Amino acid sequence: MNPTVALLLAQDGITNGIVFALLGVAILLVFLVTRVLFVVQGEFVVLGAVTLVQVQRGEVAGAAWLLMPLALLCLVLSAIQFVRERNSRLWSLQNGICLLALAIGLCATFYPPAGKSAWLQITTVVCLITPMGPLLYWTAFRNICRSSILTLLFAAMCVHYVLQGLMLPLFGPEGFRALPLVRGRIDFGGIWLSAQLIFMLCVFLLLTTALWLVFHHTLPGKALRAVSINRVGARLVGISSDIAGAAAFGLASLIGAVSGILIAPLSNVYYDSGFLLALKGFVGCVVGGLASFPLAALGALLTGLLDSFAAFYASALKDSIVFALLVPMLLYMSVTQISGRGEEAGE
Amino acid sequence: MRRLTTIALLVPLGIAASSVVLSSYWLTLVISVGINVLVCVGLCVMAGQAGIASFGQAAFVGVGAYATALLTTQGHLPPWVSLFASLGLTVAFAFVIGWITVRLSGHYLVLGTLGWSVGFYYVLANVPGLGGYDGISGLPQLFLMTGNDERIPFNVLVWALEAAVLLITINILDSGPGRAIRVVRSKAMAESFGIDTSRYKLAVFVLAATTAGLSGWLQAHFLRFVNPNPFNLNASVEYLFMSLIGGLSHFAGAVIGPFLVVVTKSLLQTNLASLVQTTGNYEIVAFGVVVLLLLHFAPNGVVSLLPGSLQLHSRLTGSAREALNSVEKPARGGVVLSAKGVSKYYGGLRALNEVSLDVGAAEVVALVGPNGAGKSTLFDLLSGLAEPSAGAVSLLGERVDGQSPRSIVKRGLARTFQHAQLNDDMTVLENVALGGHLRGNTSLISAALRLDRRKEAALLAEAALQIDRLRLTEVRDEKAGSLALGQQRIIEVARALMVDPVIVLLDEPAAGLRFAEKQALATVIDELRKRGVAVLVVEHDLDFVDQIADRVVVFDFGTKIAEGSVATVLNDPRVVEAYLGRPRSAA
Repeated sequence: MNPTVALLLAQDGITNGIVFALLGVAILLVFLVTRVLFVVQGEFVVLGAVTLVQVQRGEVAGAAWLLMPLALLCLVLSAIQFVRERNSRLWSLQNGICLLALAIGLCATFYPPAGKSAWLQITTVVCLITPMGPLLYWTAFRNICRSSILTLLFAAMCVHYVLQGLMLPLFGPEGFRALPLVRGRIDFGGIWLSAQLIFMLCVFLLLTTALWLVFHHTLPGKALRAVSINRVGARLVGISSDIAGAAAFGLASLIGAVSGILIAPLSNVYYDSGFLLALKGFVGCVVGGLASFPLAALGALLTGLLDSFAAFYASALKDSIVFALLVPMLLYMSVTQISGRGEEAGE
Repeated sequence: MRRLTTIALLVPLGIAASSVVLSSYWLTLVISVGINVLVCVGLCVMAGQAGIASFGQAAFVGVGAYATALLTTQGHLPPWVSLFASLGLTVAFAFVIGWITVRLSGHYLVLGTLGWSVGFYYVLANVPGLGGYDGISGLPQLFLMTGNDERIPFNVLVWALEAAVLLITINILDSGPGRAIRVVRSKAMAESFGIDTSRYKLAVFVLAATTAGLSGWLQAHFLRFVNPNPFNLNASVEYLFMSLIGGLSHFAGAVIGPFLVVVTKSLLQTNLASLVQTTGNYEIVAFGVVVLLLLHFAPNGVVSLLPGSLQLHSRLTGSAREALNSVEKPARGGVVLSAKGVSKYYGGLRALNEVSLDVGAAEVVALVGPNGAGKSTLFDLLSGLAEPSAGAVSLLGERVDGQSPRSIVKRGLARTFQHAQLNDDMTVLENVALGGHLRGNTSLISAALRLDRRKEAALLAEAALQIDRLRLTEVRDEKAGSLALGQQRIIEVARALMVDPVIVLLDEPAAGLRFAEKQALATVIDELRKRGVAVLVVEHDLDFVDQIADRVVVFDFGTKIAEGSVATVLNDPRVVEAYLGRPRSAA
């Protein structure tokens, strides 16, 4: 391997790593707030990427056909709840978001965004994908939110099956690849970096800074952190676990849409690419310890680099190698937990 | 219990017998149900009873299948010989994977098995000699018969194995080791009664992998070819789904679940395509929706519909022919437990500060003090759940500080917990019998083969005795979770007495008790004193303390502030200050 190849692989690894890091951050956020190990996160990325391609081609976004039935289903469930429990309100955040989602879906179907403005395309993608998070939370997770982690994981697996099963007829088995949003290369003292990489880095830094600001300097963000630290305590001081869960899912779908936009010009995205992406995001989180956001992001970057270098040396075994990254981490955890004492999570 | 065993044997044998009348379509279906059931039985015990949710069962099926495929096609061994290789290799893999993963808790365990599953799939597909994604074909038949009627003896074999596995499962769950398996989730409590949780978790993991390996061997010779696809992560998840649909709380779920899933899937595959008229895997959508609905409306699976009489619970059987052995109690006047200058720091916080305390044989010592005074911390240090930062603890003259809870309970120290730590789904009898784990100790193998019956009878008889002594006879066969909190505390006391202790640590045993129950408890403590057992008790009810205790030790902010008889201690100005605050200085 010569320096040029190494540099290329490193660039590739960093771009992969950024996507894994975004996935990891979203998965960790959802896990801490709702205890759901959110394997569906990969589907959000795929939806974001595919929608960007469809919008660029001027086609009707298939995601609208997922969003609208989901919003309708959510409205129906809310109506059933209204009939059964008289005390629930007709006008709620949930119903508002359902109606908004319907409006967005109809808009995207009948007035697909025309023109080449990248900002318009990005806005369309984000608006179509983001509402899916809260809607999925309300339809599939809210009523079982106090079940065991295992049950919640199974619910997430079911949602993953349903989405993936619907995405095949909706998008077909072909790969999707978007036109680059930014072109060209930039010279850094003899090292050429692609503009897309710089763009990704900027978006990543912007998004993580924004998240940090939200979590540390706004009341809703602090409320979410409170829920992640102690669910019962947060409920006792009046933080609605319902809204917190929906907000975590909403942030996850937003991050998923952005990751999709970032990954779309770089590689072919297939209807079933999401699961492996989500798993690698998981690996990143675990390598980072599944507790801290900066560490999870760092772990994901490491995973991305390993992924790209492993692809060069042993492309067939690359996925095994990435998962082997778990072994030293788990071994360390295992050995430190050997003694008969220590606090059990009691799950 | 007997009825359950009968059903568990009759159902599989009935299915085996029915092979003669089944149509070709159903025969194949029933065989593939059986192959799945084998995996699910292991999974059900592992996930439902021991709380280990493994996402790697399909990989163990793969180990079994590939082992026999290689040995029969390339080594030309007969399949009946390669069966042992399949099982042996699966066990070896399970030991290594299990050693790393089962000590982990919660999501780390999920991820560990998940990583193993994904990694193994790519290894199968890419390591030369394993046939890549095409796999290995041309495996020999198990039964040398002409035509495709091989399936009839095959079905008999599958379901006979099923009957054997179910019988072993029942035998294990209805035994001492079985009760230990059911409480490994409460690590601190289990270790305090001498249960080696890591060892039992590993044993369950290996057992579950063994049934998976057996299933792999059957599957390989049924299909007569292997490829990596049936052993990927999705397959592992599907095994979990099947068990969950059936219900993890009862091993019957491991039979019902696969039956429902395999049959429904087969029907959907044949009928849905013509119904929807388009390509696409709609059966996976339907599957997802159905399971999602099930999780919402029947989260405990189909087995939650089973009647209570089919629940698996150990019951008292007749009279025991032998009694459990009991140790000689130390002579009156000697020191049983002694703490010298014991401290515990959590970072900068001093939870305990140079506490010294002696408890003599046949002496009842009460610890009192406001909340947060360090009483429960002291209990944790004495019983080995936490290690003192400084100081020495000795039990019967030997240093025990820094030792594990398991080695301390072996020396005769038993304890109860402030927040009752019982298994809610086990009966009172089973929970109490758990305390005698070390005295009635039998191996998993002798439990599986029913060689433990005499010891088990003695153990249950002793447990019943303790239950009678603490006036719990009426609720003996009730589930512990259905009882009032006060009664649960008394169960904890009974369980601690099962250890045959030289000293018992009771953490607020009288909280939430009614007057008559308190009197019964006082009588039991008095009996213990007469038998030479030392008692250290944390209690807030001072009338109760006055009634039972020989000596009172008062704690405040981690320091011992007074010691002596109840009357002198209660008039000690420092004690009054700790409880009631400093009197306003007389003006």
